[in-house]
Amino acid sequence: MTALLTRRKVLAGMGVLGLGLLAGCDTRGELSYKYGKDLSDKILGRTFKLKNTDGETMSLSSFRGMMPMIFFGFTQCPAVCPTTLARAAKIKKLMGKDGDRLQVIFITLDPERDTPEILDAYMKAFDPSFVALYGTVEETKATAKEFDVFYEKVPAGDTYTISHTSTSYVYDSRGGLRLGLSTSLSAEECTEDLLTVMEVC
Amino acid sequence: MHPVLNNIKRAAIALSLMGLAFQASAQTKVDNAWVRATVPTQTASGAFMTVTADSDSKLLSVATPIAKDVQIHEMTMKNDVMSMGPVKFVELPAGEAVKLDPNGYHVMLMGLSAQLKEGETVPLTLTVENAKGEKETLEVKAPVRSLTNMEGHDHSKMH
Repeated sequence: MTALLTRRKVLAGMGVLGLGLLAGCDTRGELSYKYGKDLSDKILGRTFKLKNTDGETMSLSSFRGMMPMIFFGFTQCPAVCPTTLARAAKIKKLMGKDGDRLQVIFITLDPERDTPEILDAYMKAFDPSFVALYGTVEETKATAKEFDVFYEKVPAGDTYTISHTSTSYVYDSRGGLRLGLSTSLSAEECTEDLLTVMEVC
Repeated sequence: MHPVLNNIKRAAIALSLMGLAFQASAQTKVDNAWVRATVPTQTASGAFMTVTADSDSKLLSVATPIAKDVQIHEMTMKNDVMSMGPVKFVELPAGEAVKLDPNGYHVMLMGLSAQLKEGETVPLTLTVENAKGEKETLEVKAPVRSLTNMEGHDHSKMH
C-alpha cells in the first residue's frame, strides 16, 4: 500500500514536472495579438468528434502538432464562407514554410445538404490540405454549442440559408485555444497574429 | 436605288437603333457583374454587381434561366455573427453606385440547373422601378469567376 502510494506520488511528481516543461510552451494569456481576440482563457472545442470527408472520425487531438484554425459555415453560402476560405488559403501562402503547420478546418453547419462529396470538392477548390468535418444534425448542434457558435436556419423561398458565427478559432500545436479571428480582418493581419502564436507553440 | 443614299439610309437606321438602345438603358446601369463558380452538385451560388440608377429607384428582382429561384439577400454582421435573409428590394438612390457584394446585398441563385464553371457567362435580368412606379428591365451578362476569388473582402476594411 505504502509502496503504491509512493509510486502514485512519483507519478504525480512526474506530472507536475511535465506541466513545468509544458509551461515553456504554454504562456497562456501572455501573448498580445495586434488584431485578433485573445481566447486563451476560454475552453472550446475539447470534445467534439466529427467525420472528415474520408469518413474517419476526427477530434481536436487528431491535429496535434499542427496549428488548427477552425471555422463554421455551409457551402451554399455565397459570401462569407468562400471569402473566409479564400482568406485562409492566402494566409497559408503568406506564412511561407510555417504555413505547412497551419491546418484549416471547416465544420459544416448544414450536414443535411453538405454531403462529403460536396465538402471534399469545395475544400480542394481552395487548398488540397484543407479539412472539412461533418456530423449528424445532433452532432453538429452539440459541436456548435461546444464552440459557443450561434447558427440558425433562415427560410428563403422553398429553401433556407443559415445565419452563423463567422469567427475563426486558432489553436496552438498542443491543442490550446489561443485566438479568435474576425472575418473583417485581412489575410495580412491574420498572418501576423498567427505567427505570434507559432512563436511560442 | 443610289448606292450612296442607300448607305446613308442604313447609317441613319443604325444610329436611330443605337439611340433607342441607349434610351432603354440610360436610367440604370450595371457594372462589374459576376457570379461565383460552384463545385459539382452544389445547388446555390451568389451573383454580385454594382447598380447605379439616375433617379431614386428600387431594384425589385433579378431573374436567370439557370436557377429555379432567385432572391435578393442582405448579409449583416453583428458581433461576428453573419446573418442572411431575403429583402423585398434594394434602394437605389439617384446617382449612387450601390454595391451588391459579399459584404452586403447579394443575389442568391438557388436551385441551379448545372455546375457553374469559371469562364462561363450567366444571363441576368434585373427589374428596377423608379419613383414614378415605372418599371425597367435590364439584361446583364455576368461572367462566372472562380469560387476562390476574394472580391469584396477588402472593401470590408472601408466600413
